Amino acid sequence: MLFWTAAGIGLIWFLFTSWDPEKFDKYGIKYWTGLQTTLTLVAVSIALGAIISLPIAFGRLSKNKIIGALSFSYVYIFRGTPLLVQVFLIYYGLGTFRAELDALGIWIFFRDAWNCAILAFTLNTAAYQAEILRGAIQSVPKGQWEGADSLGIPRWKTFQKIILPQALIVALRPYGNEIILMVKGSAIVALVTVFDLMGETRRAYSRTFDFQMYIWAAVFYFVIVEVLRNIWNGLELRLTRHLKR
Amino acid sequence: MTSWELLSFGDLGWGDEIASGVLITITLALATLPFGLLIGFFVALAKQSQEWSLRTAADIYTTIFRGLPELLTLFLVYFGMQIAIQKIIVILDLDISFEFNSFVAGMIALGLVFSSYASEVFLSAFRAIPLGQYEGGFALGVRKSVVMRLIIFPQLVRIALPGLANLWMLLLKDTALVSAIGLADIVRQTGIAARVTKHAFLFYGVSFLLFFVLALLSSIVISRIEAFSEKGDAR
Repeated sequence: MLFWTAAGIGLIWFLFTSWDPEKFDKYGIKYWTGLQTTLTLVAVSIALGAIISLPIAFGRLSKNKIIGALSFSYVYIFRGTPLLVQVFLIYYGLGTFRAELDALGIWIFFRDAWNCAILAFTLNTAAYQAEILRGAIQSVPKGQWEGADSLGIPRWKTFQKIILPQALIVALRPYGNEIILMVKGSAIVALVTVFDLMGETRRAYSRTFDFQMYIWAAVFYFVIVEVLRNIWNGLELRLTRHLKR
Repeated sequence: MTSWELLSFGDLGWGDEIASGVLITITLALATLPFGLLIGFFVALAKQSQEWSLRTAADIYTTIFRGLPELLTLFLVYFGMQIAIQKIIVILDLDISFEFNSFVAGMIALGLVFSSYASEVFLSAFRAIPLGQYEGGFALGVRKSVVMRLIIFPQLVRIALPGLANLWMLLLKDTALVSAIGLADIVRQTGIAARVTKHAFLFYGVSFLLFFVLALLSSIVISRIEAFSEKGDAR
């Protein structure tokens, strides 16, 4: 505890003494745009990933062996390899097929690091979200399905009105964790020339060789993650209040 | 050149370079594991200590290293330590030049992240062990350290194993980040090969596959260990 108090005071003192209005004018706005880039990237890929995760989750639940195997391998492959390698494979790797992609007219899409990052992140988070969704749907007891069946409720309506609301409560916490993981994971796009918060930090550091640049990035990331975590805690408390005894 | 020639071992191919990258990746992950586990275990102990300040300190530790992006932690350690050591050299007026090793930096950064996650796994495992296990041990007059070692610890490992297995997978994937500070791991070696030969898809595909194979091998080993640890579990 003493160590952390000392470290905290030291950190504030360090940031205070190395405060430089000139650098703030020059890089403050850059950090702000970087922050926006990071948040946009995460929001877009989480949303797109949620859409793609639906068919994959249903594929995992399907009784059809081929569909099950296909969606299982999708999930396993994307969860088993580093996100960084996936981004590299899409951004640098697909450059090999430039002529073919040009012929199809989609090279314009893959030329841009931003698009490639969005694509890689979406595919990656879709795999994780599919697993969250599958786990949540499977966590709903079978009796819920059977009860609805015996009341003659159509299967789709059962899913929509009975299973899904219960599943989503179970999925709430893992979804929150996934968003936080994406915020943290998004830092790697700095390595493929996207100037998000991390990218702007690296650029600022390489120009000034001032270590406070990294400290500021740490502070910003920390604040984002903590704010998200607290929002999510509040959300969970509110949505599960009927389950409290 | 064909793909096979490019991937062959020897002067022409990149096979040996990539193999050394695989070795670095595996070494780094294996070297980080014991430190991460040990620190994680002690942080978990601190989290359930009676001492208020120790508890808070441990909580701050996990909050920080779980909240920061792994890449940023890596840069903070790498550049921060470099600057710190340089300052120390200046203060002590030593006449040495020091090059901070990126392997050590990677190990420290990954160890910090791993241990903060591991402490949470250990903590929930501790909570899953009924109080009666401690009390039973004390009632038989067994010393506290022996209760810990012979009664609690074996159960703890079994309960914590699935969570730790997950963390190992995370660690393996996070090692890809050390390529950013210049360590010659899989990603960096295949990246160099891709740039030199202009066969980007081939080489990044190879690194993709290599990581996949490592994950596959890990899950086989992990399921073996889990089967072993459950042997004593009466059903």
